[in-house]
Amino acid sequence: MKWVDYAQPSTLDDALNLLKKHGDKAGLLAGGTDLLVLLRANAKASDVIVDIKSVPELNQIKFDNNSGLTIGASVPCHEIYNDSNVKKYYPGIIDSASIIGGTQIQGRASLGGNLCNSAPSADAVPGMIAMGVTCKIAGSNGHREIPVEEFCLAPRKNVLKSDELLVSLNYPAPKPNTGARYIRFIPRNEMDIAVVGVGVYVELDNNKFKDVRISLASVAPKPIFVKEAGDAVIGKDVNEDSINIVAQKAKEAATPITDMRGTIEFRKHLCEVLTRRALITAIERAKETI
Amino acid sequence: MNAKVHVQTKINGEQVDFLCEPRQSLLECLRDIIGLTGSKEGCNDGNCGACTVLFDGRIVTSCLVLGVEVQGKEITTIEGIASPEGLHPIQEAFLENAALQCGICTPGFIVATKALLDHNPNPSEYQIRFWLANNLCRCTGYDKIVLAVQDAAGRLAASKN
Ligand SMILES: Cc1cc2nc3c(=O)[nH]c(=O)nc-3n(C[C@H](O)[C@H](O)[C@H](O)COP(=O)(O)OP(=O)(O)OC[C@H]3O[C@@H](n4cnc5c(N)ncnc54)[C@H](O)[C@@H]3O)c2cc1C
Ligand code: FES
Ligand code: FES
Repeated sequence: MKWVDYAQPSTLDDALNLLKKHGDKAGLLAGGTDLLVLLRANAKASDVIVDIKSVPELNQIKFDNNSGLTIGASVPCHEIYNDSNVKKYYPGIIDSASIIGGTQIQGRASLGGNLCNSAPSADAVPGMIAMGVTCKIAGSNGHREIPVEEFCLAPRKNVLKSDELLVSLNYPAPKPNTGARYIRFIPRNEMDIAVVGVGVYVELDNNKFKDVRISLASVAPKPIFVKEAGDAVIGKDVNEDSINIVAQKAKEAATPITDMRGTIEFRKHLCEVLTRRALITAIERAKETI
Repeated sequence: MNAKVHVQTKINGEQVDFLCEPRQSLLECLRDIIGLTGSKEGCNDGNCGACTVLFDGRIVTSCLVLGVEVQGKEITTIEGIASPEGLHPIQEAFLENAALQCGICTPGFIVATKALLDHNPNPSEYQIRFWLANNLCRCTGYDKIVLAVQDAAGRLAASKN
């Protein structure tokens, strides 16, 4: 790694000014578990590392029964899964936050970093897409808010302009009869990159599906929202047949590649199996909230 | 101008000042500047856990922390685990259960185990394996390490009674 400067802005404005000045040459540092690896491998070049963890808006978890949960972009996983409101209302977030790397990585890695790194296999992203999370983005021209499914574009590419940063992730307020789940398949029990990951969100109404949202990771150049898989069963009874319809649609939507982690056929098969399993758990969770 | 940064921090309970380049990892600072060589470098990319230290009470891989980030924080390294009176019960348990061969992974395992037992004094085998998944060992095999952690938990519980 060549010489790089370090800045630690303590306000959002200061952070944005640094971004405006350095553009692509500013490397934003949250937990650093992607950034420092990239810089060291010379896969990214930065003139200045901008440590954003002292910016208050990026470093807090806020919960309100009506407006929902706001997780600052740089809050590390361990703070998220130890948060009492997250434990109580959003078990689906813990599914992702507790499997990113191991204990040491979770002491640093943030969900915002996971999203901004924009890997096709990012473990936190399918859950966010399924749960209908929006991203708050700040830039020199003000703020904007977009759904997570519009954020990633391709491996390591996303919609952020060079003067913008991610401020926070906003999870909708908890509702009764809803449940979310993220699961992935990896060859080990932990510490590996997802061969396939599936995020699911359901809302039930008298044993019928009112809303179903499915998102898949590692089967396309970015995590994808498979709208048609959920839409296919809206209004239908919650039973094995409808669960299988969703799983089948998820499999059809996947366009994976063959690589050392798995073949196209294997990945498509995993989409079906994992969607079914994740949906079953999400349904159980939804029933527990009644 | 490429100026080194003056960092003030607390390491193993003592106030420490050092000068480093912003790009230098905490691991490099500990080993090459401060002279605490107990933390080891296995992979330098967060996978092996040999560089594990406590950072404000949480375990992290010090190869993925910048030295400049520890300004005003508290760090505990393997050098801070034993006391002047002797080895820590976790260290004794690793020795007596032969939970090491070459020993390069051991400082990381011991620091990670310390954090585990501080937060969960009686972990199940599953919890131990899950917690230590970020620590790799190429020679001993994990069974002996898990047994040592269980033994250490027993020793610590006994010393509290
Ligand atoms: C050993 C190891 C195991 C891992 N295991 C997993 C795993 O199981 N699953 C998984 O999904 N990932 C895994 N990762 C990758 C990584 O840990 C995650 O992607 C993590 O969530 C990144 O978060 P961070 O806070 O460390 O990000 P950083 O490294 O700080 O940032 C990531 C990228 O996003 C940019 N960025 C950060 N914050 C912002 C912001 N607010 N606005 C704009 N840009 C920003 C950074 O500049 C950088 O390019 C692993 C990494 C390691 C080293
Ligand atoms: S040297 Fe830090 S994790 Fe391997
Ligand atoms: S004892 Fe050699 S790597 Fe663990």
